[in-house]
Amino acid sequence: MRALLEATNLRKSFGPTPALDGAGLSVRAGEVVAVMGPSGSGKSTLLHCLAGILQPDSGTVRYRDAELSSMPDAQRSELRRTDFGFVFQFGQLVPELSCLENVALPLRLGGIKRRAAESRAREWLERLEVTGVADKRPGETSGGQGQRVAVARALVTGPSVVFADEPTGALDSLNGERVMQLLTAAARETNAAVVLVTHEARVAAYSDREVVVRDGKSREVEPAR
Amino acid sequence: MSIGHTLLGLLEKGPRHGYDLKRAYDERFGQDRPLHYGQVYTTLSRLLRNGLVEEAGVEAGDGPERKRYAITDAGVTDVEKWLSTPEKPEPYLQNTLYSKVVLALLSGRDAGDVLDTQRSAHLVTMRELTKRKAAGDLADQLICDHALFHLEADLRWLELTAARLDRLKTEVVR
Repeated sequence: MRALLEATNLRKSFGPTPALDGAGLSVRAGEVVAVMGPSGSGKSTLLHCLAGILQPDSGTVRYRDAELSSMPDAQRSELRRTDFGFVFQFGQLVPELSCLENVALPLRLGGIKRRAAESRAREWLERLEVTGVADKRPGETSGGQGQRVAVARALVTGPSVVFADEPTGALDSLNGERVMQLLTAAARETNAAVVLVTHEARVAAYSDREVVVRDGKSREVEPAR
Repeated sequence: MSIGHTLLGLLEKGPRHGYDLKRAYDERFGQDRPLHYGQVYTTLSRLLRNGLVEEAGVEAGDGPERKRYAITDAGVTDVEKWLSTPEKPEPYLQNTLYSKVVLALLSGRDAGDVLDTQRSAHLVTMRELTKRKAAGDLADQLICDHALFHLEADLRWLELTAARLDRLKTEVVR
């Protein structure tokens, strides 16, 4: 099957420090790929380049038929809103909005009316088993609940790719597992691909295959038979 | 695992015959390795000989296998002692993977490849266990978690070793 998202030979430096040194990665539709590697290996930079948040110094990122790496900023932002979803370790929810409003936000930004947006957001909160926090602000929820709300927000627009950077990094084992179960189950149901950055093997075990990043270089591993 | 102590523990709820004991054992502890009938009867006769169980009648219409066994006071004491004695923590000092890494370095092969191949194999098993856990009941989840945490420990060692390969190389080829 053809890759949905494909990065080739990416190089990216921050000042004199190279973060990516020829890394690449390809993701097929509906596939969960874990990006593993030690701290500072370049895995988050790889994710940011894949998602069009960062522009690589050289190399290409293709999403469907478009070349992300040469796209104007505005177009990349639009693509991130319509086609991509994001879950980070923390700090991604707007503290002044209720959890329901947070989940509805990407739909509202896409021009959907409040009632329709919130109704769809509520369905996603239900799916993530956190309807109880709909009217609470993120600061009033537990870490596990907040992360489920973040997953709901990442999936509410029906993205083709979900980027998750250490999504369970701030959670205990049980909450982390539940978030991973719900995230991967929802992604599989909607045929969304997931790029999952993690240094935890137990989290990576929810993926279909792994890519290892070390010193800015990546190594794709096909599942052993 | 001590089969004798496990069977004794199962007998504390009341007398059972051999087949019944095997079924109870398999249901709770035998997921990947059910007991053979032979093991049950050999174990029971040893427990009988040591006075930890006694015969408690024979079920109607039966051959010798329908004999029922009950735990004795000595058996209860034995189970108590077993439960309160900690298992010896595994020292994990004999490590094939460590030997492979050192030999790869000594022979000028790529030790990173050895570690990458192992990581991949570990993750395949961890994925299987994660799927089994998702489909299973609480007992399944706990058993799989035990295995997953051990495999994760291996992988953490593996990552740490990968990060120290250059240093290890200078030490082993000296």
